Amino acid sequence: MMSNKGDQPTMERRKFIGGTIAAAGAVTIAPGVILQAVAASDEQTEGASSKHRWGMVIDANKCADGCTACVDACNVEHNIVGHDRPTTDAVWIRTVKLKDKQTGHISRLPMMCQHCEHPPCVDVCPTTASFKRADGIVLVDRHRCIGCRYCMMACPYKARSFVHEALSDQAVSAPRGKGCVESCTLCVHRLDEGVMQTACQEACTKEGHGAILFGDLKDPNSEISQALKKYNSTQIRADLELNTGVRYFNL
Amino acid sequence: MRSSLISKWNLLVLLAAVLIPAMQATAESSHVTKGSKAANMDHCVAPTQVMRRNHMDFLKHDRDLTVRDGERGLQFSLEQCIDCHAGTDETGKPVPVDADGQFCQSCHSYVAVSPACFQCHRTTPEPKNAGYSYHMPESHEVLYDIQPAGLQRD
Repeated sequence: MMSNKGDQPTMERRKFIGGTIAAAGAVTIAPGVILQAVAASDEQTEGASSKHRWGMVIDANKCADGCTACVDACNVEHNIVGHDRPTTDAVWIRTVKLKDKQTGHISRLPMMCQHCEHPPCVDVCPTTASFKRADGIVLVDRHRCIGCRYCMMACPYKARSFVHEALSDQAVSAPRGKGCVESCTLCVHRLDEGVMQTACQEACTKEGHGAILFGDLKDPNSEISQALKKYNSTQIRADLELNTGVRYFNL
Repeated sequence: MRSSLISKWNLLVLLAAVLIPAMQATAESSHVTKGSKAANMDHCVAPTQVMRRNHMDFLKHDRDLTVRDGERGLQFSLEQCIDCHAGTDETGKPVPVDADGQFCQSCHSYVAVSPACFQCHRTTPEPKNAGYSYHMPESHEVLYDIQPAGLQRD
């Protein structure tokens, strides 16, 4: 709780001293002694709720060759700037190409944190920095992350990155820094503001591809639930039984 | 003679009555960086003494609520600290709060405390037109037309 240590004067004592000085001075109040009623914040949200589970469906057939709109949008949204070092630069979302050797068919898909129901990164984290929110979003709490990178090893999707360099001028909505692991947050800052649209989905739709559908997997009437009910979808590495929040069509 | 002496004493008492609180007020605000938004404010989000003593606890409690439970818009936020306490240089450019002599750094170096906040959090107010970050509502065009029905947060 509050750090009121034994050797420190309490607030009551300060108030008393301040009050005495003020009384000796005149009728005016001593500055700062009277507790001002602080106006309640304008927009306090109630926070994550287990009534929802946020997820995505990505239609691999609609993902256009050569398009990087989702990756660019993510980098802009979270101010992710690389150092031209592809092996160590932070990547929250990337495009992957798969070729079927027998038929020659090439699939393209964006790959990012799959926001598993049973995330291996959370299982292995020694400091509980890796955690799953009540609404199913898997995040890194940088206040607790010690940068051990166990989660990067545990993740079957190679979704997490380690920040190797000191950063500055981060986005307010995406604090990030050297020595911590990070990954896709499903644009949690937007969802908490009540904007039910991720940066990658917004960009993909703006480009006219519409390959990404975002929504509430727990709401049976949501567009994403209806689509998942109607069409066959794939979880990548379904054999691991992680029940991913990100699913794919036509893969 | 005697009556004029009394009136002089009265004057002194009156002066003290006016000056002491004024001096206190000056002493309170003298630690705030000149040119910052905070320099023109009476007090922080809580009385100055409370903030001095407890700001670290306020931030620590609210950060866990925000990161882990998704509660936004709480009373205390580091973003707000930066917005008010960051000073500006001669050209009007914001100076990082952890730079030499600035609000956060000067006090923390005096008490030999190294705040780890700024390894991850930005140290200057975020420009409104930064391009990154979601600013509700004007700076970003939201494609509400593709937002499915029944997707509003309750």
